[in-house]
Amino acid sequence: MRYLPHTDEEITEMLQVVGVDNLEDLYKSCPRGCCTITDMDLPDPLTEWELNRHMDELTAGMGASPEYKVFLGAGSYDHFIPSAVQYLLSRSEFITAYTPYQPEISQGTLQAIYEYQTLVTWLTGMDVANASMYDGASGLAEALLMSIRVARRKKVAVSTAIHPHYRQVVNTYFSPTEYEVVEIPYLENGRTDISRIGNLDELAGVAVQSPNFFGCVEDLGALGDIVHSDPKTLMVVAFSEPMTYGLLKNPGSLGADIVCGEGQSFGIPRSFGGPGLGMFAAKQKYVRNMPGRLIGQTLDKDGQRGFVLTLATREQHIRREKATSNICSNQGLCATASAMYMATVGGTGLRDLARLNYDKNEYLKNELAQAGFSLPFNSPTFNEFVVKFPDGFENTYQKLLEKKIVAGLALENYYPELPGCYLLCATETSTREDLDILVKEVTS
Amino acid sequence: MKASVGTKGLIFNEPLLWEKGVDGRRGFSMPTRDVDEAPLDESIRGDGPQFPDLSEVDVVRHYTHLSQWNFGVDSGMYPLGSCTMKYNPKTNERQAALSGFTGAHPLLPDQLSQGALQLLYDLERYLAAVTGLPAVTVQPAAGSQGELTGMLVFYAYHKSKGQPRTKVLIPDTAHGTNPASAALCGFKSVAVKSNEKGILDPANISGLMDEDTAGIMVTNPNTLGLFEENIIEIAEIVHNKGGLVYADGANMNAIMGMVNMADSGVDVLHLNLHKTFSTPHGGGGPGAGPVCVTAALEKFLPVPRVVKKENEAYSLSWNHPDSVGRLHAFYGNFGILVRAYSYIRSMGAGNLKKASQLAVLNANYIKENLKDTYDLPYDRACMHECVFSDKNQNQYNITTLDIAKRLMEYGFHPPTIYFPLVVHGAIMIEPTETECKNDLDAFIAAMKAIDRETRENPELLTEAPRIPKVRRLDETLAARKPKLAG
Repeated sequence: MRYLPHTDEEITEMLQVVGVDNLEDLYKSCPRGCCTITDMDLPDPLTEWELNRHMDELTAGMGASPEYKVFLGAGSYDHFIPSAVQYLLSRSEFITAYTPYQPEISQGTLQAIYEYQTLVTWLTGMDVANASMYDGASGLAEALLMSIRVARRKKVAVSTAIHPHYRQVVNTYFSPTEYEVVEIPYLENGRTDISRIGNLDELAGVAVQSPNFFGCVEDLGALGDIVHSDPKTLMVVAFSEPMTYGLLKNPGSLGADIVCGEGQSFGIPRSFGGPGLGMFAAKQKYVRNMPGRLIGQTLDKDGQRGFVLTLATREQHIRREKATSNICSNQGLCATASAMYMATVGGTGLRDLARLNYDKNEYLKNELAQAGFSLPFNSPTFNEFVVKFPDGFENTYQKLLEKKIVAGLALENYYPELPGCYLLCATETSTREDLDILVKEVTS
Repeated sequence: MKASVGTKGLIFNEPLLWEKGVDGRRGFSMPTRDVDEAPLDESIRGDGPQFPDLSEVDVVRHYTHLSQWNFGVDSGMYPLGSCTMKYNPKTNERQAALSGFTGAHPLLPDQLSQGALQLLYDLERYLAAVTGLPAVTVQPAAGSQGELTGMLVFYAYHKSKGQPRTKVLIPDTAHGTNPASAALCGFKSVAVKSNEKGILDPANISGLMDEDTAGIMVTNPNTLGLFEENIIEIAEIVHNKGGLVYADGANMNAIMGMVNMADSGVDVLHLNLHKTFSTPHGGGGPGAGPVCVTAALEKFLPVPRVVKKENEAYSLSWNHPDSVGRLHAFYGNFGILVRAYSYIRSMGAGNLKKASQLAVLNANYIKENLKDTYDLPYDRACMHECVFSDKNQNQYNITTLDIAKRLMEYGFHPPTIYFPLVVHGAIMIEPTETECKNDLDAFIAAMKAIDRETRENPELLTEAPRIPKVRRLDETLAARKPKLAG
């Protein structure tokens, strides 16, 4: 086997040094009662070339873009990834390094993540960002737990217009705790009904997503005014589409205390939902309550600039059960990919690209409206929106799959009160022709 | 002695990204605008982030320079104990980059995601075969999320019995993530001391295990690199009091095909695919932390589950009312799962077993060769790693940190240092099976040379490292005046 370099002679020689007769005898300390008698039931090994063929076959039937026109967003977005990002990310000095515990020989990772943290603070309008969380969903759960630590209260309120999967993960994280999650309904316009947050003086945090699951941009300014009328309650803003902040006001400028979301849109392929990237940022005053790794700038013995893991006293390997989180490995390489993407697109580029995304969506929305479909929510949207198709559309949806078109996501499974409603998404990867074909096909 | 592996080389200074941008440069091929500008509500429009504008060449040079300041497994031996820095096969990268996977949206209809679902289903079966535990979820995104999943299963199990419990036993040799994961589920950790042999004593467990204790979290092999010889007896004690046994399987790479974890009495176990199953660590993730459980606990595993009925297609299933719920927005770090799947298919049962045996052989070989030079607090046959201390070098005022920093200049990544906490000044060496004998010999020679320098020229250690991009960094300054963004 090509990953196992030992020759038989070397094994014999090494066994002699160790003082045992054969490889099995290395396991004399393992009790007989749990020593494996039969071989593991696994398929026979494949050569590199057999594996290639097998994997090519496995992927052949996948409904992947760009072969399929997939108008699905809902937390996973199709954006172009520059070749430069892919190639730089494939450098094995980045891929095959561990968490940078030895800073002198890890400055590449450390500076890259420090730059990532900085770009995330600029994107979200916050003071500090961590080195990443697993994904947008666990990031939201951790943000709400953080609000509980900061406010020393036991209840949080979560908008029902937040991605249903994110809310499920929040519920999982909260289920064994004494803390309570209450839900805030949404309005007829698709925005969260911020008049129904409940008793603020009980709440550690109030969370919304903007744009929310329906693509609707929340009125974060108004929410901030309400939430901050209680000095202890934290405003938590989640997101699933960071491209938004190339065009729209960022949550920090509208009063958010913690911003957390999914960064997959920035240079990370959808890859059947993972690995993605949990972006996580907060106001400076909350930094010691943040979960996750932080990279900080410092000086070396000769006074040169360098970077290290810092504020580790918050973390599990020092604080153990009193840590701010149990997270250890995060999504370091994905964070690096997103920083490469942000650097490649640049500030000017991101503004142009976000605008193009917005305009494509508006085009699709208008064309569908002109074709007679109703758009149930009239709030401004970014990158995705809800459309109501007529009864019996399920058949059309199935027929379109045969034409390699995936016409959005049926919302009824998540929101029983929205039968016939579909969440549609278009990004810069859809041409006007693609959008026209979609409209024509759903109309016919 | 032959010349050391580390030598001179040209690397480059590189400013921070925003120190090199020039407004108006472009690094991105902007897609053609084929639609008109649509009206936009001015009240929601922002200014966009002030990212630097860079050319493609700017970006490429920037990250190429940064990468050259890093040490990875592809650079050289990386014997970071407990972290299992084995070689990351290149074919795994090829498979994970297939467009059928990378271009797949997670909410595609089942009929358009059969390949991905089949891979998830089969990977679960393979991990079951490796551990002996029949039911598996691959959803947790890293080892610590796997631990959390395991603790959620503990919590759900005891709740289902109508007797919620409040404590969990955690040995002093555990990873720091163990108590933190238990705490997330409201469990108080009860510390268990290991005995003079470096392993757990059943009598000790007997004294601590009661009916308010949900179970025990055991790392096996433990963080001293020793197999918990009394694991079967310990599991019986815990089970007799109605508790469950959790195994932190971070060290499964030592025992594949040699030990059946189910037979050892384990009920719940997490694996780190970025350790045992060769997926890259990426400078801090993404990893993957599948959880394997007994048949009796399967109903608590996270949703959605991947199911396959005879003569039917693969599908996702949500109808599991006892499930602990969802841990990830979708199905976990799928791209990492593809790599682990590729590794298992490339290796097969025989090679996985041999990988474990050679990992143990390599660790014992290093232990035997260095135990006369460095203090070995637990002088016993080890598994995949061995733990020395700096006791012998302390008399010359040389510490573990100095030894680690000097080792860099010999061209090796240092071992894990100051962990596990039960060994003062620990030097935890895990060579893994993918290091050949020549490289082990070079490492042993370097460690012996460093010991000589301790007596003959200690400044070489206390001033180390001088060769890397930066010298020792002021961590106190970083923590006292945190500068976390530019």
